[in-house]
Amino acid sequence: MVLLVTGAAVAACSQAAGGQEETGSGRTLVVLAAASLTETFTMIAEDFEAAHPDVEVELGLAGSAEVVQQVLAGAPADVVATASTSTMDLLTDAVLVTAPRTFATNTLEIAVPVGDPAGVEGLPDLARPGVTVAVCAPEVPCGEATRDLLTTAGIDIVPVTLETDVRAVLTKVRLGEVDAGLVYRTDVRAAAGDVTGVPLAPVVDASGGAGRTTYPVAALADAPAGDLAEVFVEHVLGPRGQAVLADAGFGPP
Amino acid sequence: MTGASAPAEARLPAAVHGPAALGLVFLVLPLVALVVRAPWGRLLPLLASPELVDALVLSLGTATAATVVSTVCGVPLALVLARTRLPGRGVARALVTVPVVLPPVVGGVALLLALGRSGLVGRHLDVWFGVSIPFTTVAVVVAQTFVAMPFLVLAVDGALRGLDGRLEEAAATLGASRGYTFLHVTLPALRPSLVAGAVLCWARALGEFGATITFAGNFPGTTRTVPLQVYLALQRDPDAAVALSLVLLAVCVVVLVLLRDRWSKGSAL
Repeated sequence: MVLLVTGAAVAACSQAAGGQEETGSGRTLVVLAAASLTETFTMIAEDFEAAHPDVEVELGLAGSAEVVQQVLAGAPADVVATASTSTMDLLTDAVLVTAPRTFATNTLEIAVPVGDPAGVEGLPDLARPGVTVAVCAPEVPCGEATRDLLTTAGIDIVPVTLETDVRAVLTKVRLGEVDAGLVYRTDVRAAAGDVTGVPLAPVVDASGGAGRTTYPVAALADAPAGDLAEVFVEHVLGPRGQAVLADAGFGPP
Repeated sequence: MTGASAPAEARLPAAVHGPAALGLVFLVLPLVALVVRAPWGRLLPLLASPELVDALVLSLGTATAATVVSTVCGVPLALVLARTRLPGRGVARALVTVPVVLPPVVGGVALLLALGRSGLVGRHLDVWFGVSIPFTTVAVVVAQTFVAMPFLVLAVDGALRGLDGRLEEAAATLGASRGYTFLHVTLPALRPSLVAGAVLCWARALGEFGATITFAGNFPGTTRTVPLQVYLALQRDPDAAVALSLVLLAVCVVVLVLLRDRWSKGSAL
């Protein structure tokens, strides 16, 4: 079974690189992914390595905007996965990727520390004086989704901090330094036990997808690993990858 | 401490010049790149943003406050480390060095665990006084002081240990009190190192990023210093980030040059 899959991958690879020197052993695939994909992409990478024993996946995790800037600055990467289409668009515009594909969606949720010290039950509570809230900066995908959500809901909150990636917001909630934070649903699940999720009222969700974000993935046009990058993208979109993402609470593409 | 005199220069082996040039180029090249790649055409509109002015004012204010706090606590600390026979001084000296080698983000986490709302000490501050430090401008000063004070302590401590004790002894035998000797003999002898240490401390505080964003958060006007603004700009508009970096660089250079000319003639700077 493993042999079979490996054979297929090697075949795919030689096809791509046009007979370039790939011996089939010790190949490295560099995957740069958004911070909110930390757990899922770690699992997906392990799955992929199990299926392709000659491949080692190197996973770089950072805020989507940071990932994109790394690639724009020439970081040697094969696959990029971000938490918003607007960040991926920067790579498409720079012709570094063509036709990124959506592989998951995510929804914002309120995360509160265990015990919910401020008694947060919904978005309006975040606007209450005395409630300290952490959100993402509007420059990064989670902040973009947060801004859209709050605008659509007509709620004006004054956060104490604008973090540069969603996991930094989660950390502030985990440590109990803020009363609430706006993070993705999947982040709440990943931190189960340390934080509690307060799902948002459906009224907001119904109004044109505010507070939702789509995750695009793409193989880089000049990926050093050649067609292996495309094989990884297929794996993310395939049944194994999708199962891992669904388990973590991501929505279907 | 005195400038290189001609005979000293003559004794220098010729072999040092190659590595010295390499070292200088290595340190200066990134700064040159910053200047060369700056979006000069867009510079004015980029720099005219009120956000940058806020960040710059905040940075200068907090770095200066951190330097004052570091001097007030750091100089006495250096004196105790260098001049007393208290047990555990060696350990204390090593501990003072820790923030220098600690990754600043780790320092920020440590500060949260100590002074955060549910931290070791912060918990009591919150309950007893209703005071919460994180996410305030005070938190920025705290984070900067944590990473920058060691530079001042180490500079002054080193100078004290290298000081010729005979001058102070002479002052004492001539009837000067401890306080008088300290103010009129020790302190003047320390001045160059003190200024050098304070400038290093200020510069380190001005550039502080990791501990600040972790402990103090990131909010315009309150905690978003210039380095945080640069990082945020880098996410969307690298040109703006370069422009902002240039401002910080210019401020540093101007201050260092002014200080060098006015106060630290003949010092290590």
